[in-house]
Amino acid sequence: MGRGTRDYAYWSIGIALVLIFALIPVIWLISLSLKPPDAITDQRFIPSEVSFDNYKSLFEGGIDDSPFIKPLINSIGIALITTVISIVLASFTAYAIARLEFPGKRLILAGALAIAMFPPISTVGPLFDMWRSLGLYDTWPGLIIPYLTFSLPLAIYVLVAFFREIPWDLEQAAQVDGATPFQAFTKVIVPLAAPGVFTAAILVFIFAWNDFLFAISLTSSDASRTVPAALAFFTGESSFTQPTGSIAAAAVVVTVPIIVFVLFFQRRIVAGLTAGAVKG
Amino acid sequence: MSARTRSERKLAWMLCAPAVLAMLAVTAYPIGYAIALSVQQIDLRFPDESGFVGLDNYGAVLSSELWWTDVFNTVFVMVISVAIELVLGMAIALVMYKAIFGRGVVRTAVLIPYGIITVVAAFAWQFAFAPDTGFVNQLPLISDEMDWFGGRFSSFAVIIMAEVWKTTPFMALLLLAGLVTIDSGLYEAAKVDGASAWQRFTRITLPLMKPAILVALLFRTLDAFRVFDSIFIMTRGAQDTESVSILGYNQLISRLNLGLGSAVSVLIFICVFLIAFVFVRGFGAKVQEGRPGG
Repeated sequence: MGRGTRDYAYWSIGIALVLIFALIPVIWLISLSLKPPDAITDQRFIPSEVSFDNYKSLFEGGIDDSPFIKPLINSIGIALITTVISIVLASFTAYAIARLEFPGKRLILAGALAIAMFPPISTVGPLFDMWRSLGLYDTWPGLIIPYLTFSLPLAIYVLVAFFREIPWDLEQAAQVDGATPFQAFTKVIVPLAAPGVFTAAILVFIFAWNDFLFAISLTSSDASRTVPAALAFFTGESSFTQPTGSIAAAAVVVTVPIIVFVLFFQRRIVAGLTAGAVKG
Repeated sequence: MSARTRSERKLAWMLCAPAVLAMLAVTAYPIGYAIALSVQQIDLRFPDESGFVGLDNYGAVLSSELWWTDVFNTVFVMVISVAIELVLGMAIALVMYKAIFGRGVVRTAVLIPYGIITVVAAFAWQFAFAPDTGFVNQLPLISDEMDWFGGRFSSFAVIIMAEVWKTTPFMALLLLAGLVTIDSGLYEAAKVDGASAWQRFTRITLPLMKPAILVALLFRTLDAFRVFDSIFIMTRGAQDTESVSILGYNQLISRLNLGLGSAVSVLIFICVFLIAFVFVRGFGAKVQEGRPGG
């Protein structure tokens, strides 16, 4: 066997291992969600027959009685609102840090970094107490506010890294060529900044979508409980049945769209996750 | 100071103010509030017995066996999972960097765990290992009767596996970012001088990647110290698998003992601070070059 063929074989094995490692839990959840309720304990990796009963039970009863629809709406709404506010605030800050000279710049970056390392559990008790007296307990803003705090450092760092790469001189060049400042900004700077802003938005959305600690600590009902928290409180059809099938189906519903999205924008996400990892 | 500099500063501060306030509102103020709560007896189930108790709550936590068991559990899960992630993450980073084909496929695959909710991943692994639903016990070499969640360290094995699966991609991407900055000419020169692949890895790759490795380790260590979701889903702390974050949650939210729970919160905060301090001062991690976790 030639050296090229052998290398090819080694790399194939390496790549296959990475693929198996990444995909097994996802395939397993899909398989589990497709098993009919009486086959859920058959311990087979691939279902022997396929049924959509688990998915039907998730949406049964409409918005009022389904254990899943309201948490899904909460998750989407809370994550989207968090993303929009976080990106707007972080863009202001990142623009100032990337383009303007002012004392306190390093302090803001260091502070953001400190907050990224901050243990969220340390704020759960005070927030629980404060939110109950302020009427924010078990509301959307009650979750959006802590998500903002903990997503801003991420968004600021990603945006600063992207904004520093933008050739801002083009803005002036456009104005010299006769564009108004507004045109120069919207026609030149916005298209250049859009990929970075979009990347930061994906990362913030995933962060808010993923949170569990605040979601179970600061909510008590379907009024604001998000999917991760709702999953932890899922119950079976009766008190004797395990909710395994429903949990698996719900997990697939909240996972597959995100995976498709992540795969579609993978280049941007990799750039965002590693932004600033090499140079400050 | 010129008028221009002054107006530039004013603009910069105005642009930064909203984000800074939003970040402080849910960190600086609550941690101060937590400190204030931690020196009082505040149990929402017995509101009449409230009052200032000094450091009694800290004394109660630090002299309890549960706290130290949980510190051990947390550090155990943290050290083992971060160590495995470093080795695995480095291997995956090397595959992504050097593969002669299929780099895109690998990068696509490693992003899947990143996109999945931690709770969902924890359920997937729990169902996979559970004796009634799981396929793991059907695998060769594993006893059909193995009760993974019936013992402490077998539970840890599954918890660590879930943590490793979920966060290795992040580690791999951070390491890859460090890897691509290494001048490939160094490898060529070493090859010419007859260095083996292993020598090139230990003498060139590792030393030059030290800053990237330290930053990745710092972020993952701090993140792992906060482990909560996986343990909550898989064992809820049964079989002595509770982490310090679960202890804090139980005191604060389940038992509504804000005084004692806040003492736990403050102690966790101090632990995180110490870990960061050790990395920055002890190992010289250049945090300013790093970035917050994803």
